[in-house]
Formats: sequence, C-alpha cells, structure tokens
Amino acid sequence: MITELGHFALVLALVVALVQTLLPALGAHYKDARLMAVGEPAAVAQLILIGLSFFALMHAYVVSDFSVETVWANSHSLKPMLYKVSGVWGNHEGSMLLWVLILAAFGAAVALFGDNLPRGLRANVLSVQALIAVAFLLFIIAASNPFIRIPVQSEGRGLNPILQDPALAFHPPFLYAGYVGLSIAFSFAVAALIEGRTDAAWARWVRPWTLAAWVCLTLGIAMGSWWAYYELGWGGWWFWDPVENASFMPWLAATALLHSALVMEKREALKVWTILLAILAFSLSLMGTFLVRSGVLTSVHAFAVDPRRGVFILSIMMLLIGGALALFAWRAPSLKQGGLFSPISREGALVLNNVLLTVSCGTVFIGTLYPLALDALVGAKISVGPPYFNATFGPLMVPLLFAVPIGSMLSWKRGDLRGVMERLMLTGLVTAFALAVTFAFMHRGPWLAPFGLALGVWVCAGAVSEWGQRVKAFAAPWDEVWRRARGLPRAAYGTALAHFGIGMAMIGIVATTAWQSESVVALKPGEQTTIAGYTLDFKGVAPSQGPNYNELLGLFSVSRNGRPVVDLTPSKRAYVMPPQPTTEAAIHVALLGDLYVVLGDEIKDGGGYIVRLYFNPLVRFIWIGALVMAIGGVFSLSDRRLRVGAPRRAARASLAAAE
Amino acid sequence: MTRKQRRSVFIFGGVAVLSLAVFLVMFALKDTIVFFHTPRDVAEKHIAPGKRIRLGGLVEQGSVKRGSGLTVEFAITDTTRAIPVRYTGVLPDLFREGQGVVAEGRLDTAGVFTADTILAKHDENYMPPEVAAALKKEGVWQGDSKAKSPAAKK
Repeated sequence: MITELGHFALVLALVVALVQTLLPALGAHYKDARLMAVGEPAAVAQLILIGLSFFALMHAYVVSDFSVETVWANSHSLKPMLYKVSGVWGNHEGSMLLWVLILAAFGAAVALFGDNLPRGLRANVLSVQALIAVAFLLFIIAASNPFIRIPVQSEGRGLNPILQDPALAFHPPFLYAGYVGLSIAFSFAVAALIEGRTDAAWARWVRPWTLAAWVCLTLGIAMGSWWAYYELGWGGWWFWDPVENASFMPWLAATALLHSALVMEKREALKVWTILLAILAFSLSLMGTFLVRSGVLTSVHAFAVDPRRGVFILSIMMLLIGGALALFAWRAPSLKQGGLFSPISREGALVLNNVLLTVSCGTVFIGTLYPLALDALVGAKISVGPPYFNATFGPLMVPLLFAVPIGSMLSWKRGDLRGVMERLMLTGLVTAFALAVTFAFMHRGPWLAPFGLALGVWVCAGAVSEWGQRVKAFAAPWDEVWRRARGLPRAAYGTALAHFGIGMAMIGIVATTAWQSESVVALKPGEQTTIAGYTLDFKGVAPSQGPNYNELLGLFSVSRNGRPVVDLTPSKRAYVMPPQPTTEAAIHVALLGDLYVVLGDEIKDGGGYIVRLYFNPLVRFIWIGALVMAIGGVFSLSDRRLRVGAPRRAARASLAAAE
Repeated sequence: MTRKQRRSVFIFGGVAVLSLAVFLVMFALKDTIVFFHTPRDVAEKHIAPGKRIRLGGLVEQGSVKRGSGLTVEFAITDTTRAIPVRYTGVLPDLFREGQGVVAEGRLDTAGVFTADTILAKHDENYMPPEVAAALKKEGVWQGDSKAKSPAAKK
C-alpha cells in the first residue's frame, strides 16, 4: 500500500512539475503576477511529493518488502539497517529517485528563500528547474521505476558487498547534491538568457548556490576517493577512472564558474562567459549522470545495463544542453559588455584561472570520451589511463597553482605586479626553504617531485601570507591585529582557506605519488616483514563472523624501532548474499603516512599467505586539503554579503536611510 | 593600452594555453593509450613483443597454477586460442577459472604475457564488456549470466 502511494506521489510530482514548467514562464512572458505566483507553491509541492515517494521506497527497503523488484534485487533481510536505508540509493532506480529529490529540494529552496529575486527572474528559474524535473521524472517512471511489483519472493538477492560500507550513506548524497546543485546555476543562466539581461545582482544571486553545490561536490569527490582508497585494496586514491572523471569535470567547471561569477559581481565583466560556464557546468553534470547511469562505462557505479535507459538519458541531455546552447547562441550577443581591465589585474588573473581550468577540463573530457568515441566510430577498443592524464592535466595545473598567490594579491582593474612580488618575498623564501629541505632528505623518486611539493607549499604559504598582510600580523600591535582579524569579511577567510586546502592537497598528491613504498611478500605465520621503517609480525589467521559474512582475519602486530605501534587485521570476507568475496584492507592512519596492509590468497602446500603492503606518505593531506577547501566554501557562504537575503536587507536599509 | 591591444593580449593568452593543451593531448594520446586485444588478435595481428596491451578473455579452466612463491600462472582464452599469462601479486577477489578477466602488460618473445594489472569484475553479474563483445564475436557468448527477474506484474 505504502509502495503504491509512493508510486502515485511520483506520478503526481510529474504533473506538478509540468504545471510548474509552463505557468510561471508564461506568466513571466505576459507579466501576469498570478501565473508567476504558481511557481513557488508548485516547487514546494513537488518537493513534498518526491519526498513522500522517496520515503515510501525507503520504507519498502527497511521492512524488506521483497514484492518490490528493486528491493528484491538489491537487498537482503540479514543486511544491517544502515545498508537497508542507504541501500535505497545503492542501485540504479533508487539513485535516480535521490537525484530528482535533490533537484526538487534545490528548486524549493529557490522558491522559499528567493523572496528578494525579481519576480520574472524567479518565475523563469523555477520553470527551467521544473523542466529538468519533468525530463528526469519521465525517465524514472518510464524506464527505471523503483516501484514495480513482482510476485513476492522469500529472500532478496543482496547488495553488492563492495557497496556495503558506511561511506554509501554519505558519498552519493553529497555527490548528487553537488551535481544537481549546479542545475540552479544552469536555470539562472537560462532564465537570464530568456530575459535578455544580466547584471552584478544576477551574479550575486548565482554565486551562493554555485558555492553550495561546489562544497557538496568537493566533499562528495573526496569521500569517493577515500572510499576507493580503503575499499578496493589497491592502495591508490585516484585512478582517473571515467566515473571519477565524470564527477571531476563538473567540479573543474564549477570552480571556474565561482571565480568568473566573482568578476561579474565585482566588475560587471565576463558576463557572456559566466553564463556559458553555468550552462557547461551543469551539462557536464548531466554527462556524468549519463556516463555513470547508462552502462556505457564499466565500473562499480554501472548497476544495470539497459540500452533503453542510455538512449533516454542521452535524449534528455541533448534536449537540455542543446536547448540551452541554442538559446545562448541566439541571445548572448545582446548582453551588454561590462567594465574594462588591464591584463595584469585581479580580473586578468581570474581570466587566467578560467582559461586553465576549462582547458584542463577539456583534456580530461577528451581522455574520458576518446575511448568511447573510438569504439563507437571504428570499433577499436582502447583504454586511456593515468599516464595520459598525468601528461596533460598535470602540466596545466602548474601555472594555475603558481598564479594563485599572485592573483589573489593583485588589485582590481589594474594590478601592480612588482608590488605583489615584493609582498610575496616571504612566501617565496618559505617555498625555497621547503624545496631545499625536500631535496636534502630525498633519496629516491623523480627529481620533479620536490618542485611539485614546493608548489603546494607556495600556495599554502601565499594564502597565509595574504591573510597575515590584511590583518597586519607582526606589523601592528596585537589588539589591532585582533580587531582587523575579526573585521575581515568571512569571504576573505573562505578564499584563504580554500586556497590553503588546494595547496595541502597538492602536497599530499605529490608526496604519495612520488614516494609511495609498495611490497608484495609471502609470509608464513611467525614471519616478519618490514616497510618504510615499520616491522610487521604475522601471527597467523583467525576466522570471524559478521552479520552477513564470514571472514578470515590476518593478524599483524606492527612495531617501529622495537616499540609496538598497532595491531592490524586485514581480512578476506565471504558474503552470504550475494555470495561474493571481498578484501578489506587494514590501514594504520597517521598524518605523516598511512601503513596499508592487504591479505591475499593462501599459497599452496603451507607456503603461507601473499601479503601486499603500502606506505603512502602524506596521503591524508589530500582529503584534509579537500575538507579545508569545503570549510572555506562554507565560510564564504556564511558571509553576510553573500547570504541569500542580503540584497533585500540592503534595500531596506537604504529605504530607512531615505526616510 | 587600448581596448584593441588588451583584447589581443587576452586572445593571444587563450590561444597559447589552448595550443599547449592540444600539443600535450596529441603527444599523450600517441604514447599512452593501450589497445585491447583478444587471444585471436594476438595470433592474427602479430602484436609486437614489448608493446603494452590489454588482453581480455576467460580464465581457462584448469590453467591456474600457483607456485610456491608470489607468481601465478594461468591462461586467457577466447575458447579457441589461449595465451599463457604470468602475474606477480594479489589477484582481484572475483578472479577465478572460467570467468572474464582483463590483463594489462606486455608479451615477451616466447609468447608469454607478463601482466602487471589484472582487472576482474566488481560484482557477480558483470562481465567486462570488451570480453563480452569478444566472446560474441567468437560465437560462444552464453548470454547474460544474470538471473532473470521473476515476471513483473503489469
């Protein structure tokens, strides 16, 4: 019964979305306030209906209703409750429902918190948002309906054990919030093109939404990378897998969009480009959804291969992206150009940022789609792996990161490069010191690695130095420094934190790539092995039992210089349903580097076990860096000037002043 | 600087970055892509020893030999031809005889394939699509091994 109600609510949501697509846009066109006013209640109703539908599906999972096809195919009564709930989106149908739920949530947020938007703009934004919802609701109802009933089964087929991990509860929702959050930027861009005008206020409205989506996307990608790191047992944190790239490309575009919207807001320049980026960022999200959900790619994320679905998502993509780009081609020339600036200026630096980010996004795009295109066109099967991305994406990141501290110190309109270089003296010295120390202690690895590390230090030190100079640290009395530090806008802290985070991530990436230690050994119980200064005693194996699996634990005691550090128990699990083995790595987490142990197969005739060990120096910096970036984004978001209601309050204040 | 000069600076900068990227992409695509081959391709197309390729097919029944050390030997087959493969390290969880697998590495002059990466499936129902396509070509594709769901109620 509840399942049927959920199904019904979903169909009803489609009807509401259709109404919301048509009426507000018509109202905006004919300047009819009553028609425009339909948008807000419709957006809220849509959210409630899709939410009902989502909870109905969750209910079916929680009570293990095996008369629902997706529950039967992806769940099991013995599965822990955490995975019954998060398993709702651990499959194709449920994850698409989560997708539209988040889409509706963003639409409703515009309706509820967008009081200060011009009426016409808001009506158009809600219409475009509803159009996206219509397309995806149609897709769900017609081609991936989670509510289809089957004759009731006694037991489910279970969830892929790789997905049975607490990260399943966080990684997909955050990633989707990022993907789908970019739809708001898209809707604003299309609405601006329909209206034929944009201004600084438009950028001020778009930026917080993009920033929120970017924060979610950053966290989602970082969590996915972390999950792959500990779950797949390969000791790596990023594989340039097409599915990873599918989430990384929108991130690059969103990062570019954040920076160009800044220029538009402050200087009214780069209008056309910003609109185009907003369209492209969400287009890349749609493409990511297509790549991951259509089954054209091979990965854990491709749950089911049904050609109808691929064609359906491809048509949605063509319609939305093609439509938006056509509208752009038609209306963009009429947008007025904004302020002038010299190449050496904050704007110029942000343009450089945008060029490098979009071009690097382009190289990832080519590397991801080239194998697919080649297969479709000539039938040749190739794979484009990490060497390609390291050779193309890497070199483009070098000038980008080098420019970060310089660009953020340049002034608007016309910058003084010499002055900035003088202000960066200390940063340069710190960087040179880091370079020298790394070279002194390095005994292996590529000679370029210390430069990469120094580049990360340069970005971090630059962020700290910019903040230090703004609060006059060491240059003014401490009470004045304190006053200045408190008075500095939150957005300034946000920028400094985000830049510091990217520098940290860079340090982690370089260190772990260049100086990872790996060893594969055969160990009998009682034997020892060493890696990166750690000594591991293998004490043997022991069986153990979990809620829906049996496992074999390898028992290791780790010591360093004779002092015990930790006991590690990597394991091999055999899940009951589906009957599938998994390998669980054991990781000793430390800021300076992770010790990573994987238990392999047993060697015949009492030869012991194969054991794979890694030492990943500074690998934590990558995820901590991403977290710092996201925190920076949140700081920026909480800035008074960026808050969604801010322009209205400013307007009130000026009214009060006029009285 | 006039507006025109400024514009040309930006255009020049953009074109410079773009051509750098095109240059990098061309070079990288030439040197780093890895072609996928089946055992039949290896026999017919005379793949040069030492060239990095991906070899895909089924793990031949009864071919997996684990020595006393870390090295595993097995054969990848498309049911008509088989290529011996040698791999040192920890095999993926779902590696077993009769299942689809993709190995990345190089052929040596004796015709033995030394793999440094072995990719198997992520779950029970899944066959690497290149392998599925290759088996279809050989005419030995068994169809989806995935259990069909009980007939859905309309």
